Amino acid sequence: MKETPLSNCERRFLLRAIEEKKRLDGRQTYDYRNIKISFGTDYGCCIVELGKTRVLGQVSCELVSPKLNRATEGILFFNLELSQMAAPAFEPGRQSDLLVKLNRLLERCLRNSKCIDTESLCVVAGEKVWQIRVDLHLLNHDGNIIDAASIAAIVALCHFRRPDVSVQGDEVTLYTPEERDAVPLSVHHMPICVSFAFFQQGTYLLVDPNEREERVMDGLLVIAMNKHREICTIQSSGGIMLLKDQVLRCSKIAGVKVAEITELIQKALENDQKVRKEGGKFGFAESIANQRITAFKMEKAPVDTSDVEEKVEEIIAEAEPPSEVVSQPVLWTPGTAQIGQGVENSWGDLEDSEKEDEDEGGSDEAVILDSIKMDTGVEGSNVGSQDAPIILSDSEEEEMIILEPDKNPKKIRTQTISAKQETAPSKKPVKKRRKKRAAN
Amino acid sequence: MPRPAPSSLLSNGFPEVERWFGLLDRRVRTEYAASTQARAFGRKRQSWLHVGSGAMQTDAKIRKESGTESDPRGPGCSLRHFACEQNLLSRPDGSASFLQGDTSVLAGVYGPAEVKVSKEIFNKATLEVILRPKIGLPGVAEKSRERLIRNTCEAVVLGALHPRTSITVVLQIISDAGSLLACCLNAACMALVDAGVPMRALFCGVTCALYSDGTLVLDPTAKQEKEAQAVLTFALESVERKLLMSTTKGLYSDAELQQCLAAAQAASQHVFCFYRESLQRRYSKS
Repeated sequence: MKETPLSNCERRFLLRAIEEKKRLDGRQTYDYRNIKISFGTDYGCCIVELGKTRVLGQVSCELVSPKLNRATEGILFFNLELSQMAAPAFEPGRQSDLLVKLNRLLERCLRNSKCIDTESLCVVAGEKVWQIRVDLHLLNHDGNIIDAASIAAIVALCHFRRPDVSVQGDEVTLYTPEERDAVPLSVHHMPICVSFAFFQQGTYLLVDPNEREERVMDGLLVIAMNKHREICTIQSSGGIMLLKDQVLRCSKIAGVKVAEITELIQKALENDQKVRKEGGKFGFAESIANQRITAFKMEKAPVDTSDVEEKVEEIIAEAEPPSEVVSQPVLWTPGTAQIGQGVENSWGDLEDSEKEDEDEGGSDEAVILDSIKMDTGVEGSNVGSQDAPIILSDSEEEEMIILEPDKNPKKIRTQTISAKQETAPSKKPVKKRRKKRAAN
Repeated sequence: MPRPAPSSLLSNGFPEVERWFGLLDRRVRTEYAASTQARAFGRKRQSWLHVGSGAMQTDAKIRKESGTESDPRGPGCSLRHFACEQNLLSRPDGSASFLQGDTSVLAGVYGPAEVKVSKEIFNKATLEVILRPKIGLPGVAEKSRERLIRNTCEAVVLGALHPRTSITVVLQIISDAGSLLACCLNAACMALVDAGVPMRALFCGVTCALYSDGTLVLDPTAKQEKEAQAVLTFALESVERKLLMSTTKGLYSDAELQQCLAAAQAASQHVFCFYRESLQRRYSKS
């Protein structure tokens, strides 16, 4: 599905509003939208909502062999996915420019700033290290994906626990969470991206642009910073030229915003920790607001299944009895066999009809060849019959064909069929075809 | 030169071809049995289905009764707690998040919308289902589930009303703690309802786990699924409780299959009741 383009009047309206220092959602220039962080039942899973933008983060780990030039370091892997759920324009399985840009920025923000101690992820130097994989899924796109994604990534990393490992000599033991408490990753600092949108060649600036504002902006400046006011990454895109003062002002604003967000993250993490410790309810079910009319919950519902067995007996009694189980294959013609009572195997008959054609053609060689084949075939089936397989085949009539190739084989065949009619009623559909052939 | 047909064949005519349910014909038999069962259910539930406002009371009564009675089969035969939130995403036309215990799936629906020319079907809507795993890229398991969900949706969505359009259902697994496919189906249904896609009936998914000692567990957790001898998932429609889809894993007998199906039909009543109550809450004035 293509993206609906923004109309000119909408664009003009948005820009005029920005000139008058007004935003459509009623925010001030430097305001962030509301941030909500909720955690899943398992460790390392969180959903971050930034206004209506929603990102799901999940961290997983795996023991792998390290990179050759970094034998004592664990591996960090980031993967942001723009699913079609977030916006109809995102196509599944396509690496768009936006996706590549966001992924790269995320890597620079989190991996290159060394916020996770990768050396502590080493189990056996040069042999086994932990690979930490951060999967981020954009669920709803309402602008400022990178801020939401960076928050989701760092929250998920802080929340994650990896299984404990012990090394004794050459032996590496991996403990399940029941045996030993899982260990958290060592997080040095929390870099958080803050986006600034510029309009009218840098005249106007907005923090945390939403989707509409992103569409009319001229340039974007992303600053990744931690709460110690250390800049981890800075990126300016869109090709606007900024003054030194503007960048410095942005970094100051970023410092304030990052401090607020970091506090919020820590509060959310502490809250979750407390609930888990006290054995209270946690997970996404608890984060659904109960008072919303769009949400509804139902407690555990017992299902009465006491009458199930009687019903089943009734149904089975009502249903037609299953056909007898044939434990051995039925040989219709040599070379083909049938198991059970499905649709009748028509391979043998096909062979017959082919043979008929050949007979009609009067090719003697073919008949001879056939007869030889048949002979061996019949022999084979006879040998087989000493064992067990039941033979319901037309082998007798075939023998007739072989023995009297000069006579008209059709006649004999129809006779044999009519003789067999009472014995095998289920073979009717096949005979229909034969009849047609005869009519030709 | 046309040959005269043998008289013996003509005079006898062709006897009606009877379908015998054979060993290889298990699916047909299941369907047959399911339809007979659905008929039986239909008779019993008629009051629930057709009596507008009185229906809720009947439902409430049924729930209350089963709630107070101690289940003879132990704790196995109960559904975990359900939660559902609709319309939580702003971009898709319809969205729903469905939770069954700790299993959670988020669904978004776009449609009826513009369709790619290559996927266009001239007399009905193109239904697409995308299932995204939580970790990594979608693999074979996701593709197979996508197909099952798509086939189920296709059976109920009235695509002929919107020819040459696309209806896209995007499912994101939020957490998997057993009965995932059933939860995906439920989320898809609620999202389709939220998007206002016309459907001939609602549908729900119910998973049963069968243990080797013959006990049956409805809506199993991941651990129960692992221990079970067979895991069966059914999709049932709301009008006649007929079977829309079934997928099974493991070993089970004829009678056990019917038993699971009957239990699933009993459970589906609760799920549909949940749908109804949540929609009633949403569209109520107060």
